[in-house]
Amino acid sequence: MLVSLSGLFEPGHALGLLAWDSPGWGQVFATGLMHTMEVAVGAYALGLVIGIIGAASKLGGGEILRDLFALYTTMVRAIPELVEILILFYLVPQLINSVLLSLGFERIALPQLLVGIVVLGVVVGAYMTEVLRGAILAVPHGQIEAARAYGMTPLMIAWRVIFPQMMANAIPGMANLWLNTTKDTALLAVIGFNELTLSTLQAAGTTKAYFLFFIAAGLIYLVISTLSGRFFAVVERWARKGQPVRRAGSI
Amino acid sequence: MNIRALILPLLRPQRLFLLALAIVLVGWSAVTLNWSWIPDYWHNGMILRGLWTTLWLLGASWIIGFFCAVWLGLAQAAGPWYLALPAKGFCSLIRGTPLLLQMWFLYYGLGSLFPSIPWIRHGVLWPYLREAWPYGLLSLTLSFAGYEGEVMRGAFKGVAHGQLEAARAYGMPRLTILRRVWLPQAVRNVLPTLGGETVLQLKATPLVATITVLDLYNVSARVRQETFIIYEPLLLLALVYMLITAIIVLIFRRVERQVPTRMR
Repeated sequence: MLVSLSGLFEPGHALGLLAWDSPGWGQVFATGLMHTMEVAVGAYALGLVIGIIGAASKLGGGEILRDLFALYTTMVRAIPELVEILILFYLVPQLINSVLLSLGFERIALPQLLVGIVVLGVVVGAYMTEVLRGAILAVPHGQIEAARAYGMTPLMIAWRVIFPQMMANAIPGMANLWLNTTKDTALLAVIGFNELTLSTLQAAGTTKAYFLFFIAAGLIYLVISTLSGRFFAVVERWARKGQPVRRAGSI
Repeated sequence: MNIRALILPLLRPQRLFLLALAIVLVGWSAVTLNWSWIPDYWHNGMILRGLWTTLWLLGASWIIGFFCAVWLGLAQAAGPWYLALPAKGFCSLIRGTPLLLQMWFLYYGLGSLFPSIPWIRHGVLWPYLREAWPYGLLSLTLSFAGYEGEVMRGAFKGVAHGQLEAARAYGMPRLTILRRVWLPQAVRNVLPTLGGETVLQLKATPLVATITVLDLYNVSARVRQETFIIYEPLLLLALVYMLITAIIVLIFRRVERQVPTRMR
């Protein structure tokens, strides 16, 4: 069985073009997939950091900070990602280089992966800010007042009271955002970053086997989103531990 | 909305400071940045043509996509399994893969298949199938249908059952129930979501530029290539998209206000 399956990947057979080594494109595909995952994870992590800072400053920061973050989230969510990616793609290296030059260092060429992560992370950060802000707002205010009455420090309140209760509210939004992030990595194809979608187009364009490669890539994305869905379902169950069960469809 | 409520929050000191900063920034960019390309591209009609392409792609994909979404949602919410299952599969497929991949699949995949099929090659539709926009419109429409199909599934399920029973008791035919009772109430419940999704759809339209459709985004890309000016076309582009987003939000807010508030 296994032998006959691997026979499909021989050159000239049905899936020969997907074989690992040349003339197959498996390796190119795997590199693209790896880049997609790297950017997605990196951008999501950066977005999480921005989101935590953003939600904290929108809810508890000074008025100027609040306005600035409101401006940031509104603008990022109103402008197409493609445009933002292009603006930041030109802007981020230029800013970093001008800082480096003014400090007396040499101009550097930033690795594409890093630019991709920063660019996408800034976009994810805006959505993450809103997800976390909403989740924190959903924590009953009495809980926080009670904690304050106990004399807890703000950090203790955040860690012991707000965090455990907001997680259950935040997970669905965060799961959605993760799925969007994995799909948005495809947009980096327009700045020439060879992630999965661009690799697919290259492989398909060279071999003219458009259907094979696009369907294969589509399946990979579907597997990613299905597995992520499972993962977040488990995390949500963990986060809802000890909370009253919500009826399905009671939104 | 009254003017005082609009102006007063702006008069707080830190807001005044931000406002001044914004005015300085706009003034600075108007003076120092290079906007000399605008008259050229205005007069040769590129800017308006791009704007028109973006808007009609948004409008057409919205209308056709929403029409499909109603049936996709209905099939999932109330249909028999042989309709519900394919509808669910379609929505998962669309929502699980990037729009760019779908668009390239249709454009490059179908675009490479069609010329080899004689009856399409010599068919009536061939002049259109040779162009890029039908593939852009198709993928945008399918995408909107997929996402909204999921929204409409929840919306249809959210309508109170008594409403449908009452309509049936009046002896309404099924299509009339859908048109007069079920659909209006379902759409009402998800109006805010629909507004957000419409903005997302607007933000998806520039992807058609990757398959050579000359939309607003592609016009700015062309300005960048022809004049080597990088930031100015992108900034103007961002501004225009923000304006369109604002208009969409305002329209939906107005429509939402028309909906009578429910009494419970």
